[in-house]
Amino acid sequence: MTTLRIPTPLRAYTSGKNEVQVTGVKISEALTDLTNQFPAIKPHLFNEAGELRPFVNLFVDENNIKDLQGVDTPIKDGDRVMLIPSIAGG
Amino acid sequence: MKRDLMIEELSHEQILRYSRHLLMPEVGLQGQLKLKNSSALVIGTGGLGSPVALYLAAAGIGRIGLVDYDTVDSSNLQRQVIHGTSTVGKLKVESARDRLTDLNPDIQVDIFNEPFTSENALRIAKGYDVMIDGTDNFPTRYLTNDVSVFLGKPNIYGSIFRFDGQVSVFYAKEGPCYRCLFPEPPPPGLVPSCAEGGVLGVLPGTVGTLQATEAIKILLGIGEPLIGKLLLYNALDMSFDFVKLKKNPNCRVCGPNADIKELIDYEEFCGVPGHHADDTSAGTGWDITALELKERLSLTPNLLLLDVREPHELEIAAIKDAKNIPLGEVAQRMSELDSAEEMIVFCKRGSRAARAIEILSSAGFKKMKNLKGGINAWAEEVDTSLPLY
Repeated sequence: MTTLRIPTPLRAYTSGKNEVQVTGVKISEALTDLTNQFPAIKPHLFNEAGELRPFVNLFVDENNIKDLQGVDTPIKDGDRVMLIPSIAGG
Repeated sequence: MKRDLMIEELSHEQILRYSRHLLMPEVGLQGQLKLKNSSALVIGTGGLGSPVALYLAAAGIGRIGLVDYDTVDSSNLQRQVIHGTSTVGKLKVESARDRLTDLNPDIQVDIFNEPFTSENALRIAKGYDVMIDGTDNFPTRYLTNDVSVFLGKPNIYGSIFRFDGQVSVFYAKEGPCYRCLFPEPPPPGLVPSCAEGGVLGVLPGTVGTLQATEAIKILLGIGEPLIGKLLLYNALDMSFDFVKLKKNPNCRVCGPNADIKELIDYEEFCGVPGHHADDTSAGTGWDITALELKERLSLTPNLLLLDVREPHELEIAAIKDAKNIPLGEVAQRMSELDSAEEMIVFCKRGSRAARAIEILSSAGFKKMKNLKGGINAWAEEVDTSLPLY
């Protein structure tokens, strides 16, 4: 199981949960598990073509998956995946 | 900075004022002189700008620029601690300047009582050593970033939402810029503003103080600046997480093949207004004013009122007999609504209702109106027994 941290703006779509346990050996599988558990979050992460939206940033431990292998980045049990939101308040 | 304009010594009063800095070898007399000869532009004098400007002034940054076009409102004072009850109604830049020069009469405070826009941003920012992003909307954040890239200045970034904060130093000369991390803004409506979503009052205090820390370190040239790193703070969990940021080779503003070479129309880019934001309207033909609604209700008392605020907001103020479906549940619960029946949708100010109307409209609902200005307008114009919030 991998722990996926959900930022505040997206918790409205995960029943208020700040962390969701997901399974999968790579990011794409973990996200599929997430969107199966919480279908309402899907349009906020993926565009109509099923691609990850550009403002969605996912980090495995400290590293952006864009600097690794994108949604094919492998993950293992105990990894911490963070969804980093775009927020603008000041 | 011209050498002949440099201040090269401190007065006895200044030595006493800054003695706790002078005692530390990392600052010392030379460091304090550096601060005195340096300048910072604080964009926004709200939640973040308040602690940033206060601490920069206290630290003796010689010249501080303040950009804001708003006036102080009593709903600001829960977090915007540079202002006070006595300055409600005054221009924010003047209220802030008066507080800063009281805290430290040694410094120069330049005020820009205008929105930060593509027309004036380069002219305003070029005279400062660092830029500090204390803005509250996406268009101005992208603008601030692009200005900092074009002028080659560090952009000390802080952003807040409810209990979450982010801090980084975006400095394209030495690391990634804001667009490397966020090439595009989220679609309008995904991230509510603090005016709709709320914010813990002390949160901008924490985040702004971290921004001030980074600014002072950079101006002194000490320590490890937060370049290439993003700090994520959550006040509820009291968690501080750091992630690594890399320059994006495809960045449209700081990458090797950048195609954005000048400032653009940021409101168009973000799909939302930045200044004098009227995000509270659902668009032409969709709005109904509070007084019009009062008239309609006198003719049609059974008119459906749909309140899309969160349940806890109903305790603050409510309109009798309104049906509550929070915005986040509208998509799932629309079967509870009859698309043939006319309804008036409302929230606090109008922006969540506008979003709800978008969702319902794409599902085939047609007979809807957005109460313009939300329940606050209703409280101001119709039922004055209700509080504004």
